[in-house]
Amino acid sequence: MRRIISVLLENEPGALSRVVGLFSQRNYNIETLTVAATEDSTLSRMTVTTTGSDKVIEQITKQLNKLIEVVKLVDLTEGTHIERELMLIKLKAAGSQRAEIKRTVDIYRGQIVDVTSSVYTIQLAGNSDKLDAFIQTIGTSCILEVVRSGVSGIARGEKVLSL
Amino acid sequence: MELLSGADMIARFLQDEGIEYIYGYPGGSVLHIYDALFRQDKVKHILVRHEQAATHMADGYARATGKAGTVLVTSGPGATNTITGIATAFTDSIPMVVLCGQVPSTLIGEDAFQETDMMGVSRPVVKHNLTVRHPSEIPEILKKAYYLAQTGRPGPVVVDIPKDMTTPNERYEYVYPKKVKLRSYNPVVRGHSGQIKKAVDMLLAAKRPVLYAGGGVILGKASDKLVELAQLLGYPVTNTLMGLGGYPATDKQHLGMLGMHGSYEANMAMHHADLIVSIGARFDDRVTNAIDKFCPGARIVHIDIDPASISKTVEVDVPIVGPVDSVLKEMLALIKESKQDPDKNALASWWKNIDEWRACHGGRFVTTDEGIKPQQAVEALYKVTKGNAFVTSDVGQHQMFAAQYYKFDKPNRWINSGGLGTMGFGFPAAMGVKLNFPDDDVVCVTGEGSIQMNIQELSTCKQYDLPVKVLVLNNQSLGMVKQWQDMNYESRHAQSYMESLPDFTKLVEAYGHIGLTVEKLEDLEPTLEKAFAMKDKLVFINVMVDPHEHVYPMQIARGSMKDMWLSKTERT
Repeated sequence: MRRIISVLLENEPGALSRVVGLFSQRNYNIETLTVAATEDSTLSRMTVTTTGSDKVIEQITKQLNKLIEVVKLVDLTEGTHIERELMLIKLKAAGSQRAEIKRTVDIYRGQIVDVTSSVYTIQLAGNSDKLDAFIQTIGTSCILEVVRSGVSGIARGEKVLSL
Repeated sequence: MELLSGADMIARFLQDEGIEYIYGYPGGSVLHIYDALFRQDKVKHILVRHEQAATHMADGYARATGKAGTVLVTSGPGATNTITGIATAFTDSIPMVVLCGQVPSTLIGEDAFQETDMMGVSRPVVKHNLTVRHPSEIPEILKKAYYLAQTGRPGPVVVDIPKDMTTPNERYEYVYPKKVKLRSYNPVVRGHSGQIKKAVDMLLAAKRPVLYAGGGVILGKASDKLVELAQLLGYPVTNTLMGLGGYPATDKQHLGMLGMHGSYEANMAMHHADLIVSIGARFDDRVTNAIDKFCPGARIVHIDIDPASISKTVEVDVPIVGPVDSVLKEMLALIKESKQDPDKNALASWWKNIDEWRACHGGRFVTTDEGIKPQQAVEALYKVTKGNAFVTSDVGQHQMFAAQYYKFDKPNRWINSGGLGTMGFGFPAAMGVKLNFPDDDVVCVTGEGSIQMNIQELSTCKQYDLPVKVLVLNNQSLGMVKQWQDMNYESRHAQSYMESLPDFTKLVEAYGHIGLTVEKLEDLEPTLEKAFAMKDKLVFINVMVDPHEHVYPMQIARGSMKDMWLSKTERT
């Protein structure tokens, strides 16, 4: 099952490599990984999406917790949560395609953030399924380049992951 | 306010931390530190002949005392040579601090001479590693290193020290930090009382209980509590390879070691148990055999300081995360308060079963008129040292024979690389023990294969006058490899035969020690007596043993705990 694990870790050099190293050493999957400092510059917030049986996920969270630089973590998929991923996608857009692409972008509530006479660069945010769906709708033939941020997530309601 | 250079801070910190000995090897990146050590006389440095041996010496010291051993090495090859020793300590949760030199911070990343990314190289095999970015951080970083190494589930910690952090003329304020706190590291100090209550209820209701105790009992200094618990309830105890000595082996409630080469009765009792209480053990694959066939009728309580050890391999019914010592203490209090007693009839019939298993020959060795069985050498050692020696071992058949036939009644006396299985561990580990316990008998039980992996340390022993005893069970082959080849590869002995062995007696004499060779059974005990009577000499006893002997019992791969070979022809 796919899980989203949010981790608060010390914002120190090497902390990220410990997390990444742990996943490869123990043969766990990483599907996406994002990390950046929080409002408290001593802390980074990392979101990892991974897949595995309940037993594997339990080990992943325990092993992550064992890393000295991990301060706190939560498996967001245990409760209701919001997940977002940002995609920038560059599409061939010439002639009659331009209007069609524009309509599709509107349907997905994306934005065209850069334009040339033959190319549109589109920004689209949403959960990963939505980004996948957009790519499918547009079709690979007109895609020039895709960059996705990986998933960031946060719990719904009052629940917070903080010190 | 005291101003010290980074190098002097390190020397001074080690003094303030109460470190008596450090083990190491100098080189370019640590010369400032070595100079600082030279200018003081409280911290004594032991110069090994290979950095791996320094880590094993520190490890032996740590296993015998429970305190972190300290290693000092230079950058590059000095640092990478410690990796096997660090990994050995990591797998067995042994506290250790390894101070590694590094090229000056201005050169890091430029592929400088003797530069290795030790932070990266060591990362998978350390509890944590730290790097010094400014000399003023040294006292706090070192305190953190010792704190992390010795608390919670212990382990090795590496400190990477770029040379320019120790420059003699740059001085900073030094204050010994009595305490450090890390917001992200808070090891548990006691178990969950609700879980402990549940475990006690299960213990008192059990009909076929087994207490399965591991290295955590020794690391957590909980042997006395384990003994009290077992004796209060009258329940059988089995120890893992790492846990030997945690419960007195000569006590009638002790079933011996369990697992791949565990005793027949221990493995049978585990398989037929209705309750297994794991105390500081981790259901290692060398214990459980096939997980899906593991102890089918048992409910499992698992006490461990590391939550990640729980339900990692075997799913447990009652997990208790906490230090073994405090959890057992709470359990004992609850049992004493409880009005319920263990089921006497059930227990009597359980002991009857166990005694029947004990009465079977159960894989014990058979003596012959010809030659010396390796087991006999260990039995003779036990007799001559009256069971009181510190015994270190290397890895292979001799290790299993030592574990099976030397009856450890006290914790911290059996010192072996159980988890990583590092050949070459035993001799330097024995040196680390001897240095710190000069009045005790310290013996390394080894093989002619393993001993050659760190034999250069005979030279260190000469320099520092370390009269350890080395007992080589010489079967002229890599015995355990050969045993597996006999059993699984139709005796095709690929590279397991040791041709061209040195004349050990001459070799040892060349290093300035005493070498003895034993070829006949009747000479075995007298030679050992003679060797141990030479208190101030390193004596290397080369015992020629039966090269065809196998270690039994041996669990049958992919079977349950009760599936064992008991000899070359008999199985359960």
